[in-house]
Amino acid sequence: MADMGEGGGGHEKGGKKRAKKGSTRVDMTPLVDLAFLLLTFFVMTSTFSKPKVMSLIYPAKPKDNQVVDDGPKINNAITFLLSENRIFYYEGEYYPIGNTKGKPATQLSETDFGPTGLRKLITEKNNYVLLNVKKYDAQFAKRMITDKERTELIKKAKENTKALKVLIKTDDKAVCKNFIDVIDELRIAQVGMMAPVDLMASEYELIKAKLK
Amino acid sequence: MAQIKGPKGTPTIDMTPMVDLAFLLVTFFMLTANFRSEEPVVIDTPSSIADLETPKNVVLITIDKGGRVFYGFTAGEDARVQVLKNMSAKYKVGFSPEQYKKFSTLSSFGCSVQQLPAYLNLSAEERKKTGFSIPNDSINNQLKDWINFGNIEGTAAGKLKYEEAADNDPDVEMNEFKPKFILKADGKALYTHVKNVIETFRDLDLNNLNFVTSLEAGTKLEKE
Repeated sequence: MADMGEGGGGHEKGGKKRAKKGSTRVDMTPLVDLAFLLLTFFVMTSTFSKPKVMSLIYPAKPKDNQVVDDGPKINNAITFLLSENRIFYYEGEYYPIGNTKGKPATQLSETDFGPTGLRKLITEKNNYVLLNVKKYDAQFAKRMITDKERTELIKKAKENTKALKVLIKTDDKAVCKNFIDVIDELRIAQVGMMAPVDLMASEYELIKAKLK
Repeated sequence: MAQIKGPKGTPTIDMTPMVDLAFLLVTFFMLTANFRSEEPVVIDTPSSIADLETPKNVVLITIDKGGRVFYGFTAGEDARVQVLKNMSAKYKVGFSPEQYKKFSTLSSFGCSVQQLPAYLNLSAEERKKTGFSIPNDSINNQLKDWINFGNIEGTAAGKLKYEEAADNDPDVEMNEFKPKFILKADGKALYTHVKNVIETFRDLDLNNLNFVTSLEAGTKLEKE
């Protein structure tokens, strides 16, 4: 054993016989083994980071007796149409082919989920809110407004008519990740108003034509 | 020449600080560990910048790659038994006391109420292989009932906890103790499956949903 050599020696002079002092040391090696075994076990079994959640508030469903109103006419809106790992969009209102208002039929544009595609697009569109948020942040840093006031002001800016409103429609091939990605980008671009909406049949036709 | 002799005997290292350190770490991990709960399926959640902590009192709906739906409820064992009793009364499916006990410890499950007694008798390994799902179509929407009962029992359990906490600290808010609704969907699950579940929640007027996401690596929220 590691510690047995120590203690006990060095008292032979003088002839007095004393009881041999036993070593008070304990060999710690097995204890260390055990400790590290337990350590490894707990490291392996514990989940380090709790998964994070993304809170999303959906608009309340209209009650049966309530008339569905289209809301105020959207002036700064963008509609995203999701298919499997593809993303299309159009701006403003949707005009089907041969509509009564005589507007040209809506065409879909395509973008991608990367920072140069989707993020660039919506940060440009939502410039109004982003500039305001920056302004309020600066004011807050100079202690001109309180944190609570800042939150209120940002909320107001997001509800302003100049702020971007986003509708998200998904087709039958879109996966959950696509949806979360879009929501995530909207968070980054401080888009306050967004709603997942059902896809219209004519829009589905447009996506199908694009996918070909 | 006199030779310098090294000390006789085997060299010893004092292990005490090492033991101290090791046990300190063991204690730390023991106290901070929250064990991975046994989950019926592996879910690969999409990533996002969201940084909200997962709440304690939740109704958790898991959607796997193939669109199978699972239900979990974390308001405590008594509340879980109560939820099952409600379901049992509504769908006229009987459960034995052992099955109630088993259900109270089950973290998450996925099968119809009719299949549940048999499902509870299976071992954890066998349950993973069943391929069952909770029906949530318009004809047979059992998920809706599970969520509804989960909400009722979760609110009741949350209220008890709130009253307990309010005795010590008058500043706590009831909102923190209410059940939250969490959707844990696989990134590859078709959105139509997810949408069905979301619509079920919205039918019950539960409009604030939380998506479980893993923290995105690298990209941080840009202020510019």
